Amino acid sequence: MWNKKKEEEYPPKPASAPAPAPSPAKENAPMSTNPILSHPAPESRGPAIIGKSVMIKGQIFSREDLTIDGEIDGSVELHEHRLTVGPNGKLQAGVKAREVVVLGTIHGNVEASDKIDIRKDAKLVGDIKTARIVIEDGAYFKGSIDIARPEASKPAPAPAPALSKSSAAANSGGNASAGTPTAAAAGDSSR
Amino acid sequence: MLKDRLRSVQLAPSLHSPPKKSGAPALPQNRSSHGLEQFFSSLQDQESLSILDFSGASQANISFITSMGHRIYSNDVMRSMEEAFGSGGDFVANQSDPERAAAFLRESLDFPERSFDGALIWDTLQFLAPALLQDTVDRLFRTLRPQSSLLAFFHAEEKAESAPLYTYRIVDTKNMSLTPRNQVRPVQYFNNRSLEKLFQKYHSVKFFLTRDHLREVIVRR
Repeated sequence: MWNKKKEEEYPPKPASAPAPAPSPAKENAPMSTNPILSHPAPESRGPAIIGKSVMIKGQIFSREDLTIDGEIDGSVELHEHRLTVGPNGKLQAGVKAREVVVLGTIHGNVEASDKIDIRKDAKLVGDIKTARIVIEDGAYFKGSIDIARPEASKPAPAPAPALSKSSAAANSGGNASAGTPTAAAAGDSSR
Repeated sequence: MLKDRLRSVQLAPSLHSPPKKSGAPALPQNRSSHGLEQFFSSLQDQESLSILDFSGASQANISFITSMGHRIYSNDVMRSMEEAFGSGGDFVANQSDPERAAAFLRESLDFPERSFDGALIWDTLQFLAPALLQDTVDRLFRTLRPQSSLLAFFHAEEKAESAPLYTYRIVDTKNMSLTPRNQVRPVQYFNNRSLEKLFQKYHSVKFFLTRDHLREVIVRR
């Protein structure tokens, strides 16, 4: 599989390769890095890698960490995982991931639910939405940054006077952890 | 015409003089800024505003603005200028090329009307030739929402042959850090009167002249 071999295994001239050469791969259909049953479990390997001689047109979905050092034109989604764009990586793509590390180039909007890390000499042109951002001096960024703050856990609603009585009555029954359910029950009863 | 109103400093063949070559990297200097203080006081008690920052992306500015609950749009406008006008010929003369000027405006200020609640322009405007400067200021006017503030710096030393170009980093609401980037010959010299005319479409213009020959300007849209 293309994402499991070192890039030296992908000759730059696919025509000279004896076997059907997977690179440069040009795909229009969505691609997935989902593990295949015959392959080892992803936990036992490093991240999937798209080498620098690979070019993909289309959508990439991954359920494991992915490193891209090639060229992508389309979109990249790794919702719960980390995407690393290597120094040779060039993405003309919208990106969604848990964490994004950029050492190469991205032209497109980036949504990182946890963190985006833009390293020195990286280039990112597009809008960012993330919870945290680290940008090193020497990186080039043009676009907007929206910090999506994780929603604070909602405090239990302040009990209304009528609820307080019910709640107090319930708590007096010895169930100390039942504050919220009791309030909910009392809320229902007040309808 | 703006060119007549603004007194030009004698121009060198190229805007840019070579950067200072020394072994050690330029050290940032911290200084207080009344302009910055005024700018942030205009944002006080508001959240989810959109702020335009022309100094280029930096951890300091991004962290500071977003920690206030605002959205930041970063662009290194000096780099955009260099890309648009820096190749083939004179930097200032190239700004009169309509195609290059249009490309610069498209790259730097192509926003829907009233997109921003504040703009940190820093010292970038003083390196624009008169016609393009007025176009840029007018484009900023359209980009800003009414009542929003714009902070810009202009070097106030009339006889200076060159002015330092800095990278500006926000330290807090009253202080900033300046890292020298280059020594640049300003395209024009600005005084209070010329700045009032430049921003005549705006609601108000307020000046702070600092001891280090920097004219800090807060403009209210």
